[in-house]
Amino acid sequence: MKDEIKILAATGMLGTGYLESSLERGLSWNPDFIGCDAGSTDGGPAYLGSGKCGYSKEAIKYDLRLALSGARKKRIPLLIGSAGSAGGDMNLAWTVEIAKEIAREEGLHFNMAVIHSEQDKEYLKKKLAEGKIRSLKPAQPLDEKIIDRSEHIVGMMGAEPFIRALEQGAEVVIAGRSSDTSIYAAIPIQRGFSPGPVWHAAKILECGAACVTQRSRADSMFARIGQGYFVVEPPNPEFACTPVSVAAHTFYETANPIHLYEPSGMMDTSLADYRAESERAVRVSGSKFVPAEKYTIKLESVEKAGYRSITVAFVRDPILIDQIDEWLERFVQKVKQRTSEMFGNRLANEDYFFNIRVGGRNAVLGDNEPFKDKVPHELTLIFEVTAPTQEIASAIMASAGHMGLHLSIPHWKGLTSNFAVPYSPREIGLGTTYRFNMNHVVEPADPNEMFPIEMVNV
Amino acid sequence: MTKLKEVAQLIRSKNAGPFTLTFDFMFDRFEDYRRVRDSGAISRQVFSRLYGTPEKDVEIYSVDAARGIKVTIPRPIIQGDLKDSDMWGCQLFGPLVDIEIPD
Repeated sequence: MKDEIKILAATGMLGTGYLESSLERGLSWNPDFIGCDAGSTDGGPAYLGSGKCGYSKEAIKYDLRLALSGARKKRIPLLIGSAGSAGGDMNLAWTVEIAKEIAREEGLHFNMAVIHSEQDKEYLKKKLAEGKIRSLKPAQPLDEKIIDRSEHIVGMMGAEPFIRALEQGAEVVIAGRSSDTSIYAAIPIQRGFSPGPVWHAAKILECGAACVTQRSRADSMFARIGQGYFVVEPPNPEFACTPVSVAAHTFYETANPIHLYEPSGMMDTSLADYRAESERAVRVSGSKFVPAEKYTIKLESVEKAGYRSITVAFVRDPILIDQIDEWLERFVQKVKQRTSEMFGNRLANEDYFFNIRVGGRNAVLGDNEPFKDKVPHELTLIFEVTAPTQEIASAIMASAGHMGLHLSIPHWKGLTSNFAVPYSPREIGLGTTYRFNMNHVVEPADPNEMFPIEMVNV
Repeated sequence: MTKLKEVAQLIRSKNAGPFTLTFDFMFDRFEDYRRVRDSGAISRQVFSRLYGTPEKDVEIYSVDAARGIKVTIPRPIIQGDLKDSDMWGCQLFGPLVDIEIPD
């Protein structure tokens, strides 16, 4: 076994870019493999629901081409996790097609493993019946109805399916939903490095250059893991890691910065020691990993919430702004009346949701806003309708937009026009709206059983 | 009295998954970190009052090596739900910048 294993993270999120010079510099330090995370739930439920990626094909292709070409030139594995933002089968297939297209254009050939993470509903119902699915806080217990109405359900894989794919000869792995760290932990664990530093290094690497003192752009990151320690150093010479910047990175998007949970156990950074190895590199030792009693896979799932349509308008009339709360209340009543005239008994009040967001006045914090009664000089109104079909949502929104434009304002006499509308058409259809519906973990019989691997000769 | 924004180098909020909201308070100087940590100004009560979270559900962590304090609460509205206003949860920290730290 080698004393150290070296890892190059192409960037923190595939599709957000990195400097070719950073990747080249990282490659010149002879990494054992390249990794890159390509997904997150951060953008909301739409990406798992629609199967579409949050970034364009051009953005993904640019980032993937550099990483793929670099990995093939060096004859080292490339591991991509959480393909296509959400890791569902559609997200995964879209990413795999881009990889194949790049291979054709660049004349590259390799064994590729495609690891699926989309879950079979019957499998989950069986697990539920066996008591092998448990709720995380905060969530309601799961039932078969929730499973049935889910559009797509993915499991978040650990390191094991990546290891299995590599054992089957994969040179490139494109995986569905994966824990961000598993992408980077798989090969070091396979090669026998101790899990404490491995998982901690993986947590630092997964966000690319996010752990530097001042990240001015998305970029690559590099780490060496040895027995009992790891060293992290940014390839971009303009960036630097300091002990504080690296320690602080365990805060980012985590609930608990000291104990971080993985399918196979818990990373414990409470005794981690961070020291500057140079002006740009940091050596971390003392990270621990406590194996879990039961191996668990987290589920992510979305269901349809309806179809949405919005209208955006500004208000600058000081008279209207002064009475905006009462005026909007009256407006909501008018919209309900008009909707019931148009649809009669084909649409009950509770079948659609009409909502107004008032930018400049509690739009972000709602009832929790401490400055609730502060009056600004202009407002942004976002009207939204969520309804059982796009046609209904659009119909209600189009009527509401016109009614609001001319709804009378006590004080003014005659016909008023109340909105500065920046867009034509005024009514903007947003399509299907989804909601997350599971915060649960499954106990699989084996870490690989939920993640079938397909080998493809590219 | 000093306001938190005058001593913290960074105050931010962000999702930690769709169901959890987390707030980070990072400090450039260890003295400032220790002062805020020990002042009790970042408390369960404050988060309960500002975000309507039951006090027992507010988790508070501090890490010396990172010069950082973290507070985690269940998301007041699940990410992406019909009434959610902030998909990333990244602007919900607003009222915290004015928290007063006793001298």
